[in-house]
Amino acid sequence: MNQLVYLVPLFPLIGFLINGLGRKSLSKSLIGVIGSGTILASFIVSLVLFFNVKNNGAVVVDYFNFINIDSLKISFAFQIDALSSLFLLIITGVGFLIHVYSTAYMQDEEPQHYGRYFAYLNLFVFSMLLLVMGANYVIMFIGWEGVGLCSYLLIGFWFKNDNYNYAAKKAFVMNRIGDLGFLLAVFWLIAKLGTANYADVFAHASSLTPFDVTAITLLLFVGAMGKSAQIPLYTWLPDAMAGPTPVSALIHAATMVTAGIYMIARSNVLYSMSAVTMNVVAIIGLVTALFSATIALKQNDIKKVLAYSTVSQLGYMFLGLGVGAYTGAVFHVMTHAFFKALLFLGAGSVIHAMHHEQDIRKMGGLKKHLPITHLTFLIGCIAISGIPPFSGFFSKDEILAAAFAKNPVYWGLGVAGAAMTAFYMFRLYATTFLGTFRGTHDQEHHLHESPSAMTIPLMVLALLSVVGGFVGVPEILGGHHELHGFLSSVLTTEVAHESSKNTEYVLMGISVAIAAIAIIFAINKFSKKPELQDAQGFGKVLENKWYVDELYDTFFVKTTLAKAKFLKDIIEKNVIDGAVNGVGKLVNYSSRQLRLIQSGQVGNYILFMVLAIVVVILLWVNDNHLYQYISKLF
Amino acid sequence: MPIQYYILLALTLFSIGIVGVLTRRNAIIVFMCIELMLNAVNLLLVAFSKMQYNLAFTNNKATVAGSEAQLFVFFIMVVAAAEVSVGLAIIVMMYRNVHSVDVNFLNRLKN
Amino acid sequence: MVAVLLILIPLLSGLASFFIKEDRTVKGWSLFSSVITLLAVLYAIFNPQQLSYDAAWLPTLGARFSVSLDGMGKMLCLLTAISLPVIFVSTFKNTYQKASAFYALMLLTQAGLMGVFLATDILLFYFFWELALIPVYFLCSIWGGEKRIAVTFKFFIYTFVGSLLMLAGIIYLYFQTTGGSFALKSLYALHLSVKEQNILFWLFFIAFAIKMPVFPFHTWQPDTYEQSPTAVTMILSGVMVKMGIFAVIRWLIPIFPLAADHFRDIVIIISIIGMIYASLIAIKQDDIKRLIAYSSIAHIGLMNAAIFAHHQIGLEGVMIQMFNHGVNVIGLWIVADVIEQQLGTRKFSQLGGLAQKAPILAILLVVMSLANIALPLTNSFVGEFLMFNGLFQYNAWMAAVAGVSIILAAVYTLNMIQKIFYGNTTEITNHAKDINGNVQLILVVLVVVVIVLGVYPQPMINLTKDSVQIFFANR
Repeated sequence: MNQLVYLVPLFPLIGFLINGLGRKSLSKSLIGVIGSGTILASFIVSLVLFFNVKNNGAVVVDYFNFINIDSLKISFAFQIDALSSLFLLIITGVGFLIHVYSTAYMQDEEPQHYGRYFAYLNLFVFSMLLLVMGANYVIMFIGWEGVGLCSYLLIGFWFKNDNYNYAAKKAFVMNRIGDLGFLLAVFWLIAKLGTANYADVFAHASSLTPFDVTAITLLLFVGAMGKSAQIPLYTWLPDAMAGPTPVSALIHAATMVTAGIYMIARSNVLYSMSAVTMNVVAIIGLVTALFSATIALKQNDIKKVLAYSTVSQLGYMFLGLGVGAYTGAVFHVMTHAFFKALLFLGAGSVIHAMHHEQDIRKMGGLKKHLPITHLTFLIGCIAISGIPPFSGFFSKDEILAAAFAKNPVYWGLGVAGAAMTAFYMFRLYATTFLGTFRGTHDQEHHLHESPSAMTIPLMVLALLSVVGGFVGVPEILGGHHELHGFLSSVLTTEVAHESSKNTEYVLMGISVAIAAIAIIFAINKFSKKPELQDAQGFGKVLENKWYVDELYDTFFVKTTLAKAKFLKDIIEKNVIDGAVNGVGKLVNYSSRQLRLIQSGQVGNYILFMVLAIVVVILLWVNDNHLYQYISKLF
Repeated sequence: MPIQYYILLALTLFSIGIVGVLTRRNAIIVFMCIELMLNAVNLLLVAFSKMQYNLAFTNNKATVAGSEAQLFVFFIMVVAAAEVSVGLAIIVMMYRNVHSVDVNFLNRLKN
Repeated sequence: MVAVLLILIPLLSGLASFFIKEDRTVKGWSLFSSVITLLAVLYAIFNPQQLSYDAAWLPTLGARFSVSLDGMGKMLCLLTAISLPVIFVSTFKNTYQKASAFYALMLLTQAGLMGVFLATDILLFYFFWELALIPVYFLCSIWGGEKRIAVTFKFFIYTFVGSLLMLAGIIYLYFQTTGGSFALKSLYALHLSVKEQNILFWLFFIAFAIKMPVFPFHTWQPDTYEQSPTAVTMILSGVMVKMGIFAVIRWLIPIFPLAADHFRDIVIIISIIGMIYASLIAIKQDDIKRLIAYSSIAHIGLMNAAIFAHHQIGLEGVMIQMFNHGVNVIGLWIVADVIEQQLGTRKFSQLGGLAQKAPILAILLVVMSLANIALPLTNSFVGEFLMFNGLFQYNAWMAAVAGVSIILAAVYTLNMIQKIFYGNTTEITNHAKDINGNVQLILVVLVVVVIVLGVYPQPMINLTKDSVQIFFANR
């Protein structure tokens, strides 16, 4: 089986090369087939690997020495174990569906850009696969920055629009801030342990001092903050919605943004050693979950709602990691990949039908025009709200139960966030699909269900959103939690939370009940009378995202630019260049002045000569010996 | 006579020469002042030579100490004579050219 | 003997070029000779025998014509030998007044550079150091832009002050050796007092720092890069700045180890300030050439810091980064030249939307830019990863502060891409055409080099390993 491993990233790479180089000569349909087909091939290999891991355990395949210096050896190696094989399935599986969806969604593009789109998308999958398959932190970092690059390229896919370019740049730069943290953590590991291999690091983790562990894990977490859009580095993700919608589904919902969770789950051995970091992770996750949920309450752009919802759900995953429920977090990554990809693709279907209108206030009553989209979107909404037996319920419940075991306050806030989630999702649902159509007559005339290339992925994802949770049914509900058993070989430091059965039933009941109430309230409120006016008062603050973007702009962007301008115009021009030119000017000036001494008058020259002799004699006089001799004379 | 008197006299003569060179514009007078300085030096040389000789004489009656300085005096006088002839020739040429012996006319070095 | 050939081929063919009248012939001749040099370097790399040569040069002084190739020398000679054909081919269409003199001076510069990288006698080193610089003064002052005279003068003063300081240092060292020798070995064997080292260190370091250039000795560089003809700029930034770094590794630190220890923190901090400083200034630049110049200052600052951090990993990073930076920056200059030649402007404010008109150029520049910001799987990632790593091992805080520059690098590089290629076309870019022929070929080759060395850097590491080991063995 080992000889198959390299095929997984190879297929998308080949797809990237063919589509990238042949984007002008290949036909659109061929590009679509190559783009999706390579991912499908990867998916099939991933399936084989997955079952292989399940039966035979993990494998590490070492290909060549990436960097080999005496004191540092980093090999280009892949590690296929439970965690990475699960992620492989998510990436290639969901990725394949999104590729198929894209073939129809991007149909209006010129062939050349169509090819470029698929090339980028394949490159993204390739990088993402490197990220999860790498057997050391350096390979992970390669994928880590690679996905950042693809995200940049795809957000700015329509590069004629400058706003999109700014969004792309913002995403890349914010990710880079996180990457610096990641990189420093890797250096720290290499400095202390001399290796970046997972196996070696985890084996020798106990030799690290508590300070080292805390620092390393916090720095890694900075990387995760950037990639997984956590406070304070989250503002790029909502802006990233400038990219094509399938991109948002794949990169900014299902896969790339969960890289931070993957990384922390991968490093669970290190994280569990530092209580400080665990608390930081949990709190940041919780705060992000709540904070972005409040913003999502008042957004009117269909994709923005989903974007903030993604940030919020990622917050839940970090809460899960922070309380030691690694399996729960990974589980939520999986179910979230299903239902959030579904929701994004559903939104894409709506946008497609509405001719690139994204404002939900101009929609309404789409239920009868887009029956499949409507139904699948509803399933997605239910799943994310955590209503049993949909997938979101199981994963979210696991995180919340673990949070309760750690600290009931975490649980309380988590449930509040879950209620908000249910509320804004059904606000979105009701405003979009229920009520009456509020767009132009022309738009209504053209409303149509999307082609089957788009609806089939929706249906598959809807199915997965329904049944995806069954791999992790907790024991109190009569399940075996197969996922837990499968992942236990990697997530060795999982914290087992022990609550009585009754407590767990009560907790579940409360969270489901609250979510249900929020759903009913939202449907009642918004199906008849959607919010069409701009929000007032506090709602306006939410609508403007707590003005965080403006805050960052004032405090970081503007000051940096001001500093840069100051250095360029003042320091560089006047101080440093001024000093250099000043030396030149001084020489010039003094020579011009000294020139005047050369008057041409012989008398002057002699006068200077005499004065100079007098000076020399006076200097001699200072010489003690001579002074005495002369004083003896007189 | 103590050597100090000679030194003071020479110093005075030399200073007069310097002041003359610096202040006078007539080339001939400048020239005479230079001669004055030269002779001040000559006087000093002769005086020191005599002093050296007197000091050495008490130990050794056959000494010739200080005679080199007197030799120098002769050198200087010869050179001065040569210099006078050349210098006066220059001054004559200068007068032919600019109809003046004012040294301040000789400022073409400036450009 | 091969080592001597590396100097002789460009030297003789350069002298011969002066006498060729026909423009096309001289272009062909210089390209031919630079390819021969490249082949000679490749031969030297794959046949590691007889890479040293030693003969009397100035016997009364005890100066010898001794040259030798170690790993670092091989790599830099390779860089020099690659860059000349690349430059000649990519600027093949440019026409120059008095072309024969232009190409002759370029080849003489190459001879000087080869000599610098080969010499193991410090007087010979100094000789070649000047030989490499003097043609550049002429190249810049005769074929440069509008402000060429003033700029060349600045460049000349800067480098000449540095050279004189170094010469003073060399003479002092000469008198310290037993029997008067300029040889590398006898200088390595010197036991200078701490006080002597501390003074001599700065005499040499300032000369090298000006050449690199390190903040605050850098202001000649953006001006010179901006005003020189692009072919000269490529040589300057691609190869010549490596002279400074090379010299620090080969001469400065091994001869003055105590002083290097003593001033380590100061030098690293200056370099880091320079990195951040240059990156910030690059953000605000409106001119492609000046942006690349400041970006280059930032990168060189990192190399300098990594050398002084004195860690094996970091030094290995410096080694491969010298090569990689040369390749990348030459690629960027080629693009800048294409844009300037075609559109007549280098101002970002007048450009935009080129990606629609010139997609191939856009892709190639994007790859080059990504290499410039050290994205993984491009060549400079490996170098910067190792350099930051080395710096981190010396001092974590310094590495963290220096790391800010990789964020800033992303900002200014993406700014550049965005302003040149994205957005809508302007009046100037409306009629732009895509690249083809020579330029495209060369850029594709460079991109392939960038990616191959990014994925599999081990050959470069192996090539320079011996130099790193010698460097640490001498301490």
